[in-house]
Amino acid sequence: MADEKKLCLSGSGLTKVFGIGRQKTLAVDHVDFNFYEGEIVSIVGESGSGKTTLAKMLLGLISSTEGDIYFLGEKRDISTQKKKQEYWKNIQAIFQDPYSSYNIFNKIDAVLLDCIRMRGGGNLPHAKKVELMSEACSFVNLKFEELTNKYPFELSGGQMQRLMIARIFLLKPKILLADEPTSMIDACSRATILDMLMQLRDEIGMTIIFITHDVGLAYFVSDSVCIMEHGKIVESGTADEVILHPKEAYTQRLINDVPKIHEEWDLSTV
Amino acid sequence: MSRVMLEVKELTTKYITRFGEDVYAVDHVSLKVEEGKTLGIAGESGCGKSTLALSLMGYYFAPLHYTSGEIIIDGQNISGMDPDDVRKSILGKEIAYIPQSAMNALNPTRKIINFIEDVIQEHELYVTKKDIYDRARKLFETLGLPEEVLQKYPVELSGGMKQRTVIAISVLLLPKVLIADEPSSALDVTSQKMVIKMLRKLMETGLISSLIFITHELPLLYNVTNDIMVMYAGQIVEKGTAQETVFDPLHPYSKGLMGSIIVPEKGLRDVKLTAIPGVPPNLKKPPAGCRFAERCKYVQPECKTRSVDLRELQGDRAYRCIFSEEQLREAYKNG
Repeated sequence: MADEKKLCLSGSGLTKVFGIGRQKTLAVDHVDFNFYEGEIVSIVGESGSGKTTLAKMLLGLISSTEGDIYFLGEKRDISTQKKKQEYWKNIQAIFQDPYSSYNIFNKIDAVLLDCIRMRGGGNLPHAKKVELMSEACSFVNLKFEELTNKYPFELSGGQMQRLMIARIFLLKPKILLADEPTSMIDACSRATILDMLMQLRDEIGMTIIFITHDVGLAYFVSDSVCIMEHGKIVESGTADEVILHPKEAYTQRLINDVPKIHEEWDLSTV
Repeated sequence: MSRVMLEVKELTTKYITRFGEDVYAVDHVSLKVEEGKTLGIAGESGCGKSTLALSLMGYYFAPLHYTSGEIIIDGQNISGMDPDDVRKSILGKEIAYIPQSAMNALNPTRKIINFIEDVIQEHELYVTKKDIYDRARKLFETLGLPEEVLQKYPVELSGGMKQRTVIAISVLLLPKVLIADEPSSALDVTSQKMVIKMLRKLMETGLISSLIFITHELPLLYNVTNDIMVMYAGQIVEKGTAQETVFDPLHPYSKGLMGSIIVPEKGLRDVKLTAIPGVPPNLKKPPAGCRFAERCKYVQPECKTRSVDLRELQGDRAYRCIFSEEQLREAYKNG
């Protein structure tokens, strides 16, 4: 890591409250964070700890009740639709379920062509577009020639998720938000997806926010880790610090919950 | 030797597609599960793990069809039985199944106790609702589930709780063999651990005699099972104890699978994960030779033409490759 890290996305006192009165739930509770450029940051927590709510706020899909988000040092402004679209050029997401991420009526070429258009390449000659698309597909180990004229549902889950990454490769956003991208695909394709995320960081310098409930995955891919419990970030630091020398009991519990192969897996702690 | 609860000999089942093609998703599979033992089945998506689980129950419905082989549960041969008889006397009592999407298996308009009443009344005559409630309460108490769950609707329960409830319902009639098909794949790690703990408890308390556990999560498999069987393209490619298959895999496919293990232990970050390139073959036209040849790092010309048989080693270990044990170990050592 470089000595001078550039701040990419940060938040102060970010809060989200759902419901009113007695039904009030504090989903995200005064969270402060600093995500630096070119890093993979993992947000780890159980179901219901507010990970996805935080992600949606970062994406600008829901508004925050309190607190501010700073993007590249400036306060994020997404008050109008136009500004929002401008912001989304810089932040993109991959979601958990690859099967519902695509428009089922669009062929794969259309999906990728859309990305080129979003980057302002709509007027490029066709040959150049094809070149860009096949470059993106070969980045994710897919063959573009085999994909043309296919619909997304003709692919397997792992291939669909890889195609999602090909989209990201074309769009080259500053920040990629990956919300449990590997929880619905099998262990073997999972390794490939994680490898690709790390390649995106190394080759393009993308900042990746990786959301997961599996401490093992977080430890493998990320530079730093934030642990969330009941809407609060209870522990954060570099991956080695947090996972190998956890301070909080909650972090320790999350680590214990993952099955291990070299150490005894203690089942009595549930 | 202890009692064999489930024995399968050369079981072959096929799917018939709507174009009349035969797809052999389970191809000459033999396995044996002894009393008190857990067998794990590993493999990628599309390798026939779930089809094997369905075939083991002996209850076939289109497009899945029985072709040949024998299934023997505790001495009783159920292969070739009439599906209605299987449903009446085998399912639930002898062999039970927890499907992959157990969370969606509950009808949202009925209470949990209604499902339990259904199962018991279907199999036993003259039982009162009070008796059923008492039985359910006792079972839930043994398994550490709260009694209130019985009076709740499925939507009121969390995912992990629904999964555990489904498991409890599936063991109501004390089956000899329980097949758990990815029981924890939709859950987070904490609920997953609770489910695993419950499965262990089922074995300890003797509610079930043996367990077949199917998943692609190898660390989980290693912690839960005694023996592991690796499946690829409908065939068994490797068999052995959990220790052997995870730390000393012989078949190149198992070796590839073990290379994708991610656990939060020291030294993980220095390991380069080895993903297997490509996808499993289309079983409509299975390859002539070794089915893994297309993706194998150590492929030889003869692999693509000659079909390979399962080599039996000492102590119930077996693998399907043309290389000898020593050759394979040597090859892995050199990377």
